[in-house]
Amino acid sequence: MTLMTKFLGAAAATALSAGAALAEPALIFDLGGKFDKSFNEAAFAGAQRWAEETGESFREIELQSEAQREQALRRFAEAGSNPIVMTGFAFGDALGQVAGDYPDTDFVIIDMVVDAPNVRSVVFNEHEGSYLVGMMAAMASESNTVGFIGGMDIPLIRKFACGYAQGVLAVNPDATVISNMTGSTPAAWNDPVKGSELTKAQISQGADVVYAAAGGTGVGVLQTAADEDILSIGVDSNQNHLHAGKVLTSMIKRVDNAVFDAMSDGPGMEKGFNVMGVGNEGVGVAIDEHNKALITAEMQAAVDEASTKIADGSLEVHDYMSDDSCPSLSF
Amino acid sequence: MDYITLIQLFDSTVRLATPLLLACLAGLFSERAGIFDIGLDGKMLAAAFFSAAVASLTGNVWLGLLAGIAASMALSLLHGLASITFRGNQLISGVAINFLAAGLTVLIAQDWFQQGGRTPSLIGGARFSPITLPFADDVAQTPIIGPLYAELISGHSILVYLAFLAVPATWWLLYRTRFGLRLRAVGENPAAVDTAGVSVVGLRYAAVLICGVLCGVAGAYLSTALQAGFIKDMSAGRGYIALAALIFAKWRPWYALWATLLFGLFGALETRPDVIEALVNFKVQGQLLAALPYVMTVIILAGFVGKAIPPRAGGEPYVKER
Repeated sequence: MTLMTKFLGAAAATALSAGAALAEPALIFDLGGKFDKSFNEAAFAGAQRWAEETGESFREIELQSEAQREQALRRFAEAGSNPIVMTGFAFGDALGQVAGDYPDTDFVIIDMVVDAPNVRSVVFNEHEGSYLVGMMAAMASESNTVGFIGGMDIPLIRKFACGYAQGVLAVNPDATVISNMTGSTPAAWNDPVKGSELTKAQISQGADVVYAAAGGTGVGVLQTAADEDILSIGVDSNQNHLHAGKVLTSMIKRVDNAVFDAMSDGPGMEKGFNVMGVGNEGVGVAIDEHNKALITAEMQAAVDEASTKIADGSLEVHDYMSDDSCPSLSF
Repeated sequence: MDYITLIQLFDSTVRLATPLLLACLAGLFSERAGIFDIGLDGKMLAAAFFSAAVASLTGNVWLGLLAGIAASMALSLLHGLASITFRGNQLISGVAINFLAAGLTVLIAQDWFQQGGRTPSLIGGARFSPITLPFADDVAQTPIIGPLYAELISGHSILVYLAFLAVPATWWLLYRTRFGLRLRAVGENPAAVDTAGVSVVGLRYAAVLICGVLCGVAGAYLSTALQAGFIKDMSAGRGYIALAALIFAKWRPWYALWATLLFGLFGALETRPDVIEALVNFKVQGQLLAALPYVMTVIILAGFVGKAIPPRAGGEPYVKER
């Protein structure tokens, strides 16, 4: 009986402490890890900005295995964290199962759509950002041949490639776009050696600007482009600093803004489908001190004009994922 | 397809085949001595990390290479300890080494550099740079031979030349020295070697250590010559393709060279879908080329093209009769 009382007391204490921590937001990083120089790191930056501006704190966890997804979600939800933000499309299934069990907790998932009343789904219009960097690539190219190197051959990456090709052809209808995918397994995200070989192969076909949307493989692409003295384009985070003066620009996905907004809105935020595009500065091109010298006034003007048109809807960039086909590029 | 494209294709073949060749020869030494080694990939990965890490910390790529070799040899010793001294299952030990390397490299990289399991980019002397062979620039304009010499033969890092020299060296060591004879014998019939008064355990340890050295060079080539730094899982399964090449080569050094060059050529062709399309007039999916090394290995194993007979005592821990 005394043992039982102790247990009950402990449970009550836990419940109380959970109550005290109520409304502290939580952030769950995907398997890529918090410091991946890209997607997850951007999410972390957004959360940190929120913490600095508000003086509050947030909880976080880096997943180590697939099995932890649901566990992490449930533990944060039971501990009273609200909202719970997660990065990556891979959370889709786990969240779909968990969301219904915690109707009073708000969830935010990035890069995936989960249809539940307490979930905000944030997706990015990568094709629009890729269109903009495609325009810049076409203007920077002297050989009228530009390249694209994707990581794993999945629809999301084809979406990048398709937007890019449309941007290139919009500036120069005679340009050639060479597109290669690194592979068809997840190993394709971390094969910089193959990224280098693909870059060299594209250079031998005449490419002088190469856009990499390939995770860790992209590091090899950017490196080889710098070694061989051609231009490259980074992705997700601002990668201009990796090889200053050799990276034309980076197509940035403002995952940090998505996380910042979610945490600022707090519990009771607006739910549903949230699209981050060129119009609301969800995607865009990175221009900083490392690549300023490469950007001509013409390029800047063209990008600004296209951004305005995309934002007001007068220019529509075809989304590969809408119908699994691309008018400007064949895979 | 013009001549220059062909040269470029072969140039890429050489670069892609080099790590495979080194790992394949590494496996050859180990397996010829009766120790199966599926931990080639893990050893390459560990060597890739430690060579890049030490090169970045010291700024000297040669120290990096030594560190990579040392890391790979340490894993080899672990494999030897488990499978020779303690007579454990060689396959399980190899798998364990792969897991260990995949986890440890990222963990240590994060602890040392805080860059998400990467090393900083290597610059200057922290990287193996291409070597221009004598007269390469002078003869580059000569038709046919010029580009062949200047583009294909010249302009690789020193590790590439080392890898190609390792083939005759391996052949000589295995077939023309007493050590080689004993090493091959210990993989076929360790009891006979033991009867002759030669240490089976000593020979097998020597074999796995040589395997460690070669894997170390292969890993260092990935991170300090082909690339400028380490990225998690950057070996991308090359150790397994090297194993396939080893079977394809029927455990022989010269065949290993041809097998890895062939697999390297598949890799190079995968990067040039336009060339294949021009050759066969229809689009070939890259996945097919990526799968070809494995398909061909299965064909060889099934006995359609000759017969691949592994060393007879391979995979068996040696137990002295009492």
